[in-house]
Formats: sequence, C-alpha cells, structure tokens
Amino acid sequence: MQIPYAEAARPDTGLTNGKMGTWLFLASEVMLFGALFATYIILRTGSTEWPDWRTFLNVPLAFTNTLVLIASSVTMVMAWASLMRDRFSMFRVYMGLTFLGGVIFLIIKYFEYSAKFHHDYFPSTNNFLAVYFTLTGLHALHVIGGMAVNAYMWGPGSKLWKSNPTWFTHRVENAGLFWHFVDLVWIFLFPILYLL
Amino acid sequence: MADSHADIDKHVRVYMVVFASLAVLTVVTWAVAYLELGTGLAIGVALLIASVKASLVACYFMHLISEKKLIFLVLAFTVFFFVGLLLLPLLTAMDPIEY
Repeated sequence: MQIPYAEAARPDTGLTNGKMGTWLFLASEVMLFGALFATYIILRTGSTEWPDWRTFLNVPLAFTNTLVLIASSVTMVMAWASLMRDRFSMFRVYMGLTFLGGVIFLIIKYFEYSAKFHHDYFPSTNNFLAVYFTLTGLHALHVIGGMAVNAYMWGPGSKLWKSNPTWFTHRVENAGLFWHFVDLVWIFLFPILYLL
Repeated sequence: MADSHADIDKHVRVYMVVFASLAVLTVVTWAVAYLELGTGLAIGVALLIASVKASLVACYFMHLISEKKLIFLVLAFTVFFFVGLLLLPLLTAMDPIEY
C-alpha cells in the first residue's frame, strides 16, 4: 500500500501526513497526562492530610534520571541531524545512545521502585504513592514505547534509508517528536512529584 | 528538507546550547527546592522553570520554532482544553459536596 504524503508535504497542510498524525497523537497524550495532573491536584488540595512524600522518594536518583532523559533527547535530535547530513553511521551511533538512555532511565526506575516495594510502599499505601506510581508508571510505559520505536528505526526500519532516505529521515524526526514529548512530561513530573 | 548542511551545523550548535541550558535549569530546580520558599512561591518557581525547560525542548528539539501554522492551531486547541482540565479542580472547590 502506498502511504500518501509520507515523503513530500501535503499541499494544503504544508506537512507530511506522518508529522501531522504524530502531533495530533501528542495532543491526545497531553490530555491523558493532563487528566492525571488534574486528578493529582484534586486529591492533594481536597485531602485533609497529605503524607510527607519526602520520606518515600529518592531525589538524587530522579535528578539523575532527568539528566539522562535530557541527554537522550539531545542524542535523538543528533540522530536526525546526522541523517540530514547524510551520515548514516553517525545516525546509528546517536540512535544507539538514545536507546541506551532509555535503558539507563528504566534501570534507575527499577531501583527506585524496588526500594519502595522493599519498604512495603505500594500504590494502595496512601494517596501520594497512588499518584506517584500511576504517573511514573504511565511515563515509564511511554519510555518503553519510545524505545521500541527507536530500536526499530535503528535496526530493521533503517533499511528504508537505502530506498527512500527522505522518508526515513521524516520517520526518525517523528519518532523524535514522541521521544522529546516523553522527556517533556518528565520535566514536569520531576518537580511536582519529587520536590513540591 | 530545505535545510542545507551548513544550516544543520548551525542547528547542532543550538542543540548544544539548549542541552547546557536544560542541564543548568535542572540543577536550579533542585537547588530552589532547598530554599524553603513557602508552598505558593515554591510551586510557582518550580513550574516556571519547568515551563522554560519544556519550551526549550519544544521549540528547538521538536523544531516548533520553525513549524507550520497548522501545528500551532492544533496546539492552541490542546492548550485550551488542557487549561480546562486543570481548572476542573477549581470547580470542585467552588461547589463542594456538603456532608
């Protein structure tokens, strides 16, 4: 099947269909996380007492994870820039580093979660932990989803570079849009869950 | 795809500046949390820094700074409904359930 306007921009939108679709998807993602943020505000402002969240959380680990995600966003955009410069081997390096960033993020998350379970802190323990596990869990699922797409672009999906480099570059850019969005969500999650 | 190699080189330099700014702002976010600013101010400052960081990511990494009008239209709708969502808690405060 021929996908229309995958390579050239659609005249009326000025965009490829892939990019338009990715942004619409991200708009729906904003609403998904927005609903959970609103829930957090309701639970926190509506409750008569709120647990001291600092006792549950490891700020240095979350701080490190913030830097890891930001760094992986940079390598992602460098992967795209490498394709724009016709340097496929550099694309492979940067995309590999981006994937590695996701792996490091999840390993740190694993240590965070297991420390909580070890102390018998579960989503059912209190409202704060319910919000914490829901938001960070959903975010971690997004990291895994983004890693799956990035792995595909690094591996089997990169065959497209030989037959249609422009289309492949667009695909990498769109995968990047999602990956940067995941970074963007974490930029808000870090202060609102760990610091406030 | 009108970007030439020279344009991309310029982009890459911008990415590095943005990377450094994001790293510095992350440190600032953490440092501010230790200042004991009081709840209201602390929330305001933390969200302000997060918004600046998010704008940097969106404008430069997601190329919003040079994006087509239609994307901004989609985002305008998104912002409108997102703000609506965040105002829902306010509605519950204005019309509390009496016990």
